Amino acid sequence: MSTTAAQRFLRDAAEKSADLVHRDLIRRGMESYDAAHLAGRARIKDWEAARQKCQEIKREAINHLDRYLLQFEEKVIARGGHVFWAADSEEACTYVKNLATRLGVRTVVKSKSMVTEEIHLSPALEKVGIKVWETDFGEYIVQLRDEPPYHIVTPAMHLNRGQIAKLFREKVDPKIDSDDPAYLMGAARRKLRQAFFAAEMGISGANFLVADAGVIAISTNEGNGRLCTSVPRIHVVVTGIEKVIPRLEDLAVLWPVLATSGTGQGITTYSTLIGGPRQPGEVDGPEEFHVVLVDNGRSQLLADPEQREVLHCIRCGACLNICPVFRHVGGHTYGTTYPGPIGSVLTPHLAGIKEFKHLSYASSLCGACTSVCPVKIDLHHHLLQNRRNATEAGATKSSERLMFRAWRSIMLHPRMYALGGWSMRNALRIIYGLGLAGSILDPMRVWNRHRSPVPLPSESFRARWRKGLGAN
Amino acid sequence: MEQKVSLFVPCFVDQLLPEVAVDTVKVLRRIGYAVDFPEDQTCCGQPAFNTGYWNEARPCAEHFVQAFKHADVIVCPSGSCATMVRTFYPALLTTSSLREDAIAVASRTFELSEFLVKVAAVTQVGASFPHSVTYHASCHGLRELHLRDEPLQLLREVDGLKLIEMARSEECCGFGGTFAAKFADISAAMGNSKAESVAATGAEFVTAIDPSCLLHLQGILGKRHAAARTIHLASILARDGAAQERP
Repeated sequence: MSTTAAQRFLRDAAEKSADLVHRDLIRRGMESYDAAHLAGRARIKDWEAARQKCQEIKREAINHLDRYLLQFEEKVIARGGHVFWAADSEEACTYVKNLATRLGVRTVVKSKSMVTEEIHLSPALEKVGIKVWETDFGEYIVQLRDEPPYHIVTPAMHLNRGQIAKLFREKVDPKIDSDDPAYLMGAARRKLRQAFFAAEMGISGANFLVADAGVIAISTNEGNGRLCTSVPRIHVVVTGIEKVIPRLEDLAVLWPVLATSGTGQGITTYSTLIGGPRQPGEVDGPEEFHVVLVDNGRSQLLADPEQREVLHCIRCGACLNICPVFRHVGGHTYGTTYPGPIGSVLTPHLAGIKEFKHLSYASSLCGACTSVCPVKIDLHHHLLQNRRNATEAGATKSSERLMFRAWRSIMLHPRMYALGGWSMRNALRIIYGLGLAGSILDPMRVWNRHRSPVPLPSESFRARWRKGLGAN
Repeated sequence: MEQKVSLFVPCFVDQLLPEVAVDTVKVLRRIGYAVDFPEDQTCCGQPAFNTGYWNEARPCAEHFVQAFKHADVIVCPSGSCATMVRTFYPALLTTSSLREDAIAVASRTFELSEFLVKVAAVTQVGASFPHSVTYHASCHGLRELHLRDEPLQLLREVDGLKLIEMARSEECCGFGGTFAAKFADISAAMGNSKAESVAATGAEFVTAIDPSCLLHLQGILGKRHAAARTIHLASILARDGAAQERP
């Protein structure tokens, strides 16, 4: 029997959460993020008002997605660009693959894009013999390791510089003899420069699609995004339909809020707007400009008024960074393109509730994610709704269903409840008295695996109340 | 006339941690309230609700509303169970015939520290607890009921108490209800991280407004043979100079 996603998650979570070296590495990374994030928020005069504004912008965009996407498309086409509407991963990959084949593309350079991870674009291109280079430093590292990004903003945060130096020695240049970050970046840069000038096609994502201006907006820090989108003769943008925003002026708040939530920066190093291929009289820019608008389950989420706001997400990563579950199990354990709270909310919608419902349960519902979300998605309450949807779809275990039915019957009868409580306490006393705590006979054995047994008082509160405590 | 509060005692407090409720009664009486305990109450329905079994949680919520609908004010020594009633009942019972009562009951339900500071307007409850204490900010109290400072205001007024702040005091302890069973390893890892934060303070006690966090932490600390012990806020506030040292 093949292992399910839920079984893999449990296994990897057990391993990672016991790995204190991993925990401390992630905690150090997250704590430096925490400090930068706090300082960044303090730079914005009224952070709560900024969140509110971002929420309103995204809500307007999502509620009128049809109109804004068509407006965006019209402007792009008017400037000589192409727009392709992809219903799912396969359509999106096929479009890019056919385009590349038709135009004789042999090398592709990519800037960071989670949607291309979601649709598995690189393997699709490699299958037809196209060489794909990830050019974001973190993405380049995880590509060399042949693993998916660990985090949606900082893909290689699980590695220290020693590990990266060793990887580079094996995969980039055997002469690498230092783990100095600037030195390692220099080595990657020399390699990637060759790729930038060899590539016929550059693929990017988009942080926002601006409807009224018909441009894509990209926030980057390394400069690789600008090389990918301007040097090769073809530029392909692959992005989700939910990225559209109504107006250019909306970027005045969205850009700094995204940067602050993502890395604590006031604004990212490069903020780029691109609206089409090279225009007559222009000296540079790509000859061809294509935008692939990926649906891949998003329309279905749009149809659900209760959970539609999940599409507000701007992929800043703040909910991953603050999440205590993420901090203990790490990004790869989730086994999904989008890890952390937003991934646990979104993945059951995009990839199936039966296979991924466990992620909605893999949360203590602490709500830390919701408290930092810059577009105010009620993340932990959406986890609750996902759980309800899972039980209503009959996707939970029948033993659990029966248990909660029995539990309900007991809780509706105070005497049965009191008797049940008394019986349970006394049964546990006997079991523990016999030294059988943690054994197969112990109904609390899962609890007792990591904890000392619960206290078992001889009397409940209600018994004490009746015996005289109740007299005011 | 003496004002009356009705006590909402979470089921696991009733069965496993009765002294938390006993101490809640003591504190409320000491500041001049008459206390009533509606004996029909059982569980608020949170375990089923949080696990997705809203159809099973709903009749329990209705049962709770029936038990408390005549109460003037409802006080609960748990931020999480108070959240279930206050935050989730109106939505859970939106199509119930008891919807109006549910909304009314929700609006009259308070977590203990919230009731003391915001409703009774008391921070000095005449408690004495000459020990070092660190405070864990339980998630539901903090992020659903927005109680950040209320428990600390009460602790600062306790005679002899030395409050020591722990690192990451607002990070979840890892209990999470059925999460602790379904994802026992993650829950325990989070609990152990919290236990490390507690230990680093050197405090004798870790306190919180949520007995569920404390039940979990008590087990984690016990397994680690840690020096620090758990104590609910109500039990600190119930100590007066006259009372004997209990824990």
